Amino acid sequence: MKAYRSMVKMRLLLLLQYRAAALAGIATQLMWGFLKVMVLQAFYLATNEPQPLALEQAVGYVWLGQAMLRMLPWDGDLEVQELIRNGNVAYELCRPVDLYGLWYARALALRAAPTILRAVPVFALALYVLPESYALRMPSAGGLLAWLLATVGALLLGCAMTNLMNISMFWTISGEGINRLMPAVIVVFSGMLVPLPLFPDWAQRVLEILPFAGLMDTPARFFVGQLAPSEVWVFLTRQFVWTVVLVVGGRWLLRRGLRRVVVQGG
Amino acid sequence: MQGQRAWARLKYQRAAMGSIRLYLRFIGMSFRSQLQYPASFLMMTMGNLTVTSIEFLAIWALFTRFGSLQDWTLPQVAVFYGMVHTAFAMAEAGARGFDILHRWVRAGDFDRILLRPRSTVLQVLGLEFQLMRVGRFAQGLVVLGWGIRNLGIALTPMQLLLIIGSICGGSLLFSGLFILQATLSFWSVESLEVVNVATYGGVEAAQVPMSIYNEWFRRFFTVVIPLAAINLVPLSAILEHPSLQGVPGWLAWLSPLAGLAFCLVCLKIWHFGVRHYRSTGS
Repeated sequence: MKAYRSMVKMRLLLLLQYRAAALAGIATQLMWGFLKVMVLQAFYLATNEPQPLALEQAVGYVWLGQAMLRMLPWDGDLEVQELIRNGNVAYELCRPVDLYGLWYARALALRAAPTILRAVPVFALALYVLPESYALRMPSAGGLLAWLLATVGALLLGCAMTNLMNISMFWTISGEGINRLMPAVIVVFSGMLVPLPLFPDWAQRVLEILPFAGLMDTPARFFVGQLAPSEVWVFLTRQFVWTVVLVVGGRWLLRRGLRRVVVQGG
Repeated sequence: MQGQRAWARLKYQRAAMGSIRLYLRFIGMSFRSQLQYPASFLMMTMGNLTVTSIEFLAIWALFTRFGSLQDWTLPQVAVFYGMVHTAFAMAEAGARGFDILHRWVRAGDFDRILLRPRSTVLQVLGLEFQLMRVGRFAQGLVVLGWGIRNLGIALTPMQLLLIIGSICGGSLLFSGLFILQATLSFWSVESLEVVNVATYGGVEAAQVPMSIYNEWFRRFFTVVIPLAAINLVPLSAILEHPSLQGVPGWLAWLSPLAGLAFCLVCLKIWHFGVRHYRSTGS
């Protein structure tokens, strides 16, 4: 356990070095958030019918997406992918720790560090600085707790996906394909593009079953109060089941992948 | 005297012809290298098409729920969307050299460009012409065509020409932004993503009618970066919509030229930047 803990800590410290990039990122995120909020406001102007997500909730949802953007598994761990590509994965096999666990720990740091850098300023601005009609609202204590739990669930789920992308490298080698395809899938099915509740009703069942809703949509809906905090257990179970499925599947694939690896002496 | 002037003119013409020929050579080389792996090229293009089409999926999904965007219809929005995406795809493909220039500057390779007896702009343009951007272009064109067909008005040839002119104007405008981004790299090779706010952010902003935005936001994209001049203003000569009333006709027809003007200003800044370039010295 200690090895994994120090792995997370080392990666966190390393990734927190890039502060200038984070600042530029925050500016970009704010701009994107404003654009999305204004488009949604214009759409809501067209109708008086009650929607599955009220306008203030939709606005909050957009900001949550911007704040938690970096937590989503947009790509694999580039360094691990490089290890597999150039064969240095052999060194990883010499370490006296479980390889899947080691990569999972790396993924946790990879997702958590930039999220902390992004989320804190975006939350501060969206909650306290932006004018009323653009702002994110603070939820009830129950909602906040449910959001927190679902966010942890989302992080664990996302890291299982990251690991799966790493492992796919044993077969695809280049990794270009998966690293390009995943963002498209995630942006649509996690709610980053359009809040999932606003998709047509017939699509809702599918969106609910897919694992991607658990990455962003679930925590956001607890924060804006579209889901009651008492429902959190149902959604946590859903995230957890998917995480277990992906971890077990990933471990199995890793074993098969390692069996194929041929290490050249040198 | 007469003969001398004619000689000078001839020399100038030949130099210009040479530049064009050289550029075409560069492009040809770039094409050949990209088509060297046809399967890979095809997949990249399909990927580009899918990833960029997602933006329209979002608009379509929201239209099925809300029916209209403020009081704009889906075909009208499709025209805005198609125009800005085709324009951006052309800029992305053609001005790609400026987009990746910071790598050259960081490595000190820009010296090589300065040493050759040709204009820097020509050489940077020739670095790469990214063919796979045809994916974004194709989906933009399809959406634009669908929008025009379903507008419910028959376009005159002149109006069609205005749309094409606006797309070209838009492409020049986005190229100008790529040139600015490259110029910035002479001073700093970090944090260049800030420019994304104007490029990718500009596409995102202009793919729906910009009249729906907040006052200050609209002003930024009209005055600072004249994005409105390449879609909202020229489309006032074509689309019927209350928010487009009051735009004088001559302005609608001339506004795509703002893209050209913007690009020329960016080129001036580029030349200023080149004079201040300092190599890494390695």
